[in-house]
Amino acid sequence: MTRAARLLAALRRNLLAAIPTALGIVILNFFLLQLAPGDAADVMAAESGAATEETMRQLRAQLGLDLPLLSQLMAYLGHLAQGSLGFSPRYNMPVAELILQRLPGTLMLMGFALGLAFLLGLFFGTVMALNAGRIADRALSVLTLIFYSVPGFWIGLMLIVAFSIKLGWLPSGGSETIASGKTGLDYALDRLRHMILPGTTLALFFIAVYARLTRAAVMEVAQQDFVRTARAKGLSAFAVGRRHVLRNALLPVTTLAGMHIGGILGGAVVAETVFSWPGLGRLAFEAVMRRDYNVLLGVLLLSSLLVIVVNILVDLLHAWLDPRIDLR
Amino acid sequence: MTTVPAPRPRRWRVLRAFLRNPAGVVSLSFLILVAALALGAPHLYPDDPMEMVARPFLWPGQNPAFPLGTDSLGRDVAAGLVWGTRVSLLVGFSAMILGVTLGLAIGAVAGYFGGRVDAALVKLIEIFQTPPSFVLLIVLVAIAQPAIPTVIGAIALVTWPTIARIVRSEFRSLREKDFVMAARGLGYGHARIILSEILPNALPPVIVTASVLVATAILMESALSFLGLGDPNLVSWGSMIGGGRELLRTAWYLSAIPGFAIVLTVLALNLLGDALNDALNPRVAAER
Amino acid sequence: MVGTEPLLRIDGLTVAFPGETAVRDLSLAVEAGQTVAIVGESGSGKSMTALALMRLLPRSARITGGSARFAGRDLMALDEGAMRRVRGREIAMIFQEPMTSLNPVHTIGAQVAEVLRLHEGLGRAAARKRAIELLDLVRIADPARRVDDYPHQLSGGMRQRVMIAIAVACGPKLLIADEPTTALDVTIQAQVLDLLDRLRRDLSMGLLLITHDLGIVGQWADRVVVMYAGRKVEEGPPGALLEAPLHPYTAGLLGASPRKAEGLGYREARLAEIPGSISSARGEAGCAFAPRCRHAIASCRAAPPPPLVAHADGRMVACPVLAGSGAPS
Repeated sequence: MTRAARLLAALRRNLLAAIPTALGIVILNFFLLQLAPGDAADVMAAESGAATEETMRQLRAQLGLDLPLLSQLMAYLGHLAQGSLGFSPRYNMPVAELILQRLPGTLMLMGFALGLAFLLGLFFGTVMALNAGRIADRALSVLTLIFYSVPGFWIGLMLIVAFSIKLGWLPSGGSETIASGKTGLDYALDRLRHMILPGTTLALFFIAVYARLTRAAVMEVAQQDFVRTARAKGLSAFAVGRRHVLRNALLPVTTLAGMHIGGILGGAVVAETVFSWPGLGRLAFEAVMRRDYNVLLGVLLLSSLLVIVVNILVDLLHAWLDPRIDLR
Repeated sequence: MTTVPAPRPRRWRVLRAFLRNPAGVVSLSFLILVAALALGAPHLYPDDPMEMVARPFLWPGQNPAFPLGTDSLGRDVAAGLVWGTRVSLLVGFSAMILGVTLGLAIGAVAGYFGGRVDAALVKLIEIFQTPPSFVLLIVLVAIAQPAIPTVIGAIALVTWPTIARIVRSEFRSLREKDFVMAARGLGYGHARIILSEILPNALPPVIVTASVLVATAILMESALSFLGLGDPNLVSWGSMIGGGRELLRTAWYLSAIPGFAIVLTVLALNLLGDALNDALNPRVAAER
Repeated sequence: MVGTEPLLRIDGLTVAFPGETAVRDLSLAVEAGQTVAIVGESGSGKSMTALALMRLLPRSARITGGSARFAGRDLMALDEGAMRRVRGREIAMIFQEPMTSLNPVHTIGAQVAEVLRLHEGLGRAAARKRAIELLDLVRIADPARRVDDYPHQLSGGMRQRVMIAIAVACGPKLLIADEPTTALDVTIQAQVLDLLDRLRRDLSMGLLLITHDLGIVGQWADRVVVMYAGRKVEEGPPGALLEAPLHPYTAGLLGASPRKAEGLGYREARLAEIPGSISSARGEAGCAFAPRCRHAIASCRAAPPPPLVAHADGRMVACPVLAGSGAPS
């Protein structure tokens, strides 16, 4: 089967599996919203100041909050279908708009952290596998285990102490120097400088995850028969490693890497809060502090959908990398 | 008719294998020490750790009576650390037990019965596993209001799918084994087969994951407390780090010290998990 | 053969693992265009000999002695860079397991082209064109279409043909085939061996055929070397050796080789008539085969083991008991 056919088949299979999951998450979201203290009427009343029992009742009827649960769920689904996640009085804007405004910041931070984690994890894991049992393997094993055990928010603070306060090399927060008037390359470098500390904070745990995965995968692949064939062809150790060992080890690593996307998004809440990074995670934190449940649950819904989308992409990548994936 | 005995892990062999692993033994000893500190907190520091006991901002080592210094309100950092142990361990272990119980129940039913029950439960697992667990955790705690029991429940709710998945796949392979077939042939009920035939054999991977789950729960609790979503009436490691956050420039030790407590405890739990894994799966261990 | 150097001359080769010697003092020669078969059970050291020639031994193994002169050089003394230029270009090797010997994520065309681009310096398009020709050469039908297939789309026999295409791509002087047909169906075995034989003639390669199966040796080999527990125990032309084996082990292999029961799978009856296993040879003083030998006498168990003695018709054997009295009953 050709690559394109494989990809199409994988896409169809994934979309079909994703729809019920997404629907389930929407329903879960709806019930959590029901459980949240106070409803939209309370919020509006609080905003406008005094409200009598009578006006509250009218408001509820107007918003459909006195209808049976099922009708409310249908109404919620209807709003969602139109891309509406409700309104946030605190921010005075639609929740969907607010979230979409913050999404690029999170995606950028995630992309940076994911890239860093993947490259370093792959590198560490390969070095560990090639030196299995020797000193380099042991040292890196200890290092990755520490990365695995360090709370993100704490390492973030310690990085600020070291690189912002003591050394003064990197900014301690924000996503760009405010009103710097920088343009072009200077601006890009400024953004990058702001990304290094939060990105590293977020990446650390996943460097450890990917390094451990890669180590196991490389050791597994290295003893396969086709690696011996590659060496018998007269290929250099580097060419054998890149074209034959790593290429195959990537299959399990990418699959499992996809499973950690949710973890990275969760970690972003902490990293963004520590570094005042304007993204979804920080928005979630602010929403909790302001008891703005519409926004909070909007973030939960959107980040869940983001996980689903990324998982579909990872599966497509897998279908791209592995010719043995066939039609089902 | 004869019964086919279910193979059980030979406990003494496992224990011996575990004791031969220095990292595992050191980790376990450290965790026992931490547990002793947690239990002994009321004797070691009988006073409320939230009380002001000395001049604020004493650096560690400045005053021998307060070896780890004092914070901005003159509270003893060492006392906070010891009392914080209670919160971390209580939340870590309770959330693990609750999460494992939930995961075992759902995973066992799904794996044992298969078919439609399985399909529905797998979907349920997926629905809970898809949202970023920390975001879901924040939502749950924010809705239920921060307190120790809600934090424990919320952590269990976001971690059970991991256990459920493992248990389900173990049950799926074990239910086809001869000794289960034999038990079925003898007319044993489902509950008896699940609990006394399959469950003991499905436990080893669950035990390994459980120790990692305690570590995860401790990390989650500390992150919640750091963000101000922990129990406001109790000192915890996370809240101490959060309290020191605004003072990083002048008194970074306030954030650093509790962080080390978290790192060491979580590291010990992860090493314990690795050691248990090696002891319970000798074949895998030999390949490493 | 006076005066001319053979294509490959192994002299006193010894390969050791920690605590175990896999190949001990092995000598043999392969002439250009000739097929030499090394025969023995698994554990006899025949595969280790092949891997030692390619210098692809497992990390823990060491070549502790001997030389292998090939085209004017000692393979055992080449540095890794020079050895890489030999592998795949001057000496090629195919393996026992065609199912796992090809990389699952690359097309078969790419895997044939890889060796051409490496050693012949061909560009992408030229290597692909040549790969299609090679697939045709190993009798893969419709090679222009098959070239883009992945290994999992091919049968075991087809995959072994691809392995052979890779091996002969650069026109090697010597081809080492380590149990090339063991994993294949009986009907496919003969086809693959015929293909190897034809390529040997057409490309005038030396062929070192490693097998546990004496049954296939008579038809395809010019010379047979029988190994047991790391040593050569008998060598000779296949006709004489199969007709009248001089070593009890060879005789045992022959007895076990179901030549008379045509159509039966070779593996089923293999070695059923030799009691014990090769592991009993470990740590044995004297002849390694003595514990399993029906003809063993007291002196067989005394060190040192019997030396190889030359007999008529270019035969050699390391057994004084049977060689003296003719063929075993």
